[in-house]
Amino acid sequence: MRLPNDFLPLIREKALWMRRRAFRMVYEAQLGHPGGDFSATDIVATLYFGVLRHDPKNPADPNRDRFVMSKGHATGVLYTALAASGFYPEDWLDTYMQPESRLNGHPNRNYLPGVETNTGPLGHGLPVATGIAIAAQLDRAPWRTFVLTGDGELQEGSNWEAMMTAGHRKLAGLTLIVDRNRLQQGAGTEETNGLDPLDEKIRAFGWDVEVVDGHDHAALLEVLGAPVGDRVKPLCVIANTVKGKGVSFMENKAAWHHGVPNADQFDQAMKELV
Amino acid sequence: MAHAAPVQAGLHDCREAWSATLIALALADPRVVAVVNDSVGSSKLGGFQKAFPERLINVGIAEQTMVAVGAGLANGGKVPFVSAAAPFLTGRALEQIKADAAYSNVNVKLVGQSSGVAYGELGPTHHSIEDLAWLRVLKNLAILVPADPAETEAAIRWAHAHEGPVFIRVSRMPVPDLGEQGAYEPGRAVTLREGGDVAILALGTTVHLAMAAAEPLAAEGIAARVVNLRSLAPLDEAAVLDAARTGALVTVEEAHVSGGLGGAVAEVVTAHDPVPVERLGFPGFVPTGSVEWLFDTFGLSPEGIAAAVRRAIARKT
Ligand SMILES: Cc1ncc(C[n+]2csc(CCOP(=O)(O)OP(=O)(O)O)c2C)c(N)n1
Ligand SMILES: [Mg+2]
Repeated sequence: MRLPNDFLPLIREKALWMRRRAFRMVYEAQLGHPGGDFSATDIVATLYFGVLRHDPKNPADPNRDRFVMSKGHATGVLYTALAASGFYPEDWLDTYMQPESRLNGHPNRNYLPGVETNTGPLGHGLPVATGIAIAAQLDRAPWRTFVLTGDGELQEGSNWEAMMTAGHRKLAGLTLIVDRNRLQQGAGTEETNGLDPLDEKIRAFGWDVEVVDGHDHAALLEVLGAPVGDRVKPLCVIANTVKGKGVSFMENKAAWHHGVPNADQFDQAMKELV
Repeated sequence: MAHAAPVQAGLHDCREAWSATLIALALADPRVVAVVNDSVGSSKLGGFQKAFPERLINVGIAEQTMVAVGAGLANGGKVPFVSAAAPFLTGRALEQIKADAAYSNVNVKLVGQSSGVAYGELGPTHHSIEDLAWLRVLKNLAILVPADPAETEAAIRWAHAHEGPVFIRVSRMPVPDLGEQGAYEPGRAVTLREGGDVAILALGTTVHLAMAAAEPLAAEGIAARVVNLRSLAPLDEAAVLDAARTGALVTVEEAHVSGGLGGAVAEVVTAHDPVPVERLGFPGFVPTGSVEWLFDTFGLSPEGIAAAVRRAIARKT
């Protein structure tokens, strides 16, 4: 049995590699959503290299932990995590967004092992994850369901319908992680259609809520890696993050939602991501 | 999202005509408001927002609420232009479009931005190729598919003047000016090129491709008529039946190959004197690829249209 701290160097190394590799994909394709890739990188790296129990060589294992990437636009972070975990060879990443590539601008489970459901339209991941978690509950199965949403994404009402359902059914095996970077596509979440007080709202829907620093691997590992134990409610982890985290000129800038780097910006980012 | 092909000299992104026209209408008519879903940038409404900050209602990423709020604003006496990326506007809010806009027959204008496969590599979730099939059967809803900047402006102005629900497809695909097409009236097609051997019926972004196909066909001795239908609902059935008298039809649309223009034309033609109809469009969830690659791969190119014309002519009886 490995102690949580044993995972931390690995998570750190993988997160760095994912950021660098994802940014190269975006640079080469001149397409992508790097701001949301970087806010989510530490969350996704912690899940894949410290929390999820699954076998990349057997991606359809019925007993796997499920991870649903609801913010499907952040393919840089998802595709690098799946490659680094061994779901497919790293060189598939070179085909990102090329004609007939398996690596579409939004994930497609029919072409990529490790993808649970096709996402891209926001507000689908949590309802699907709720169904997955109900299946586990019906079977009294021990595997868990994790879903990552954006924060702007929570403006979609479908999330709140699913939150009611999950709270009502006491889906303790379901964990929602909110990438709380406070930016959406065009502006801040609070100036667009404010979410705060987000923790209280979600608690009122029958969930346990934890608020953590979404770039602190140890904190993420502690809350996400903890067994369900005798928890009786679904768990929401509000991960406070920085959009564009790790590259000075991208941090907290809405324009980097789908901004793509030129050669100088790419070089500068590679200098900073070390 | 900034994924459009660069607009070359002489080609236009029709979103520019849309946003300039909306500002002009809003200056003249205080009832005009815009409703968006975090889509100010992708709808090119930055200028509108600056000019009329209060009249831009951004509901956040919530398309069902966006369309329903539009219907409510119409009830309150406003003339709302609900503007969002076409796939989410039509796909996510389909029931609101059906019940709140079309069935309720409310004066709300729905503007589907970057329709068709304009989002290219972002894939089928972001393509709006099903919208024509989904919306065509909704009574009361006019469906306008402009083909160049002037027609985009005319469609927006017509929608503003018309009392009732309207869906307008606005493309970001670079298109050339088609020149003078005469007064704009939905349900009144324009024949852009005469021809008696076959007729190409086109809508929106494919009209100029049909024109480009007709030229080399003429050199082969095939006189192809090119018709810009301008709207899918109402459909100019007289123009379709007249085109069918050439004995062969080709339909071409930046949409699903079933259920949209091709489907509508087949319905009209088979109810009268059937002629062969070759339908061009996308066959369903397409592979990853750029807009240009998708157009070429699925025959939405002068060469692809010319090939469909030859197939249609070969089927003539
Ligand atoms: C239903 C739907 N509406 C609109 C969009 C367009 N869109 C893509 S990403 C995005 C912003 C998402 O913001 P957020 O959820 O905060 O994601 P993050 O900041 O993590 O990138 C929008 C509006 C979409 N993909 N789906
Ligand atoms: Mg966000």
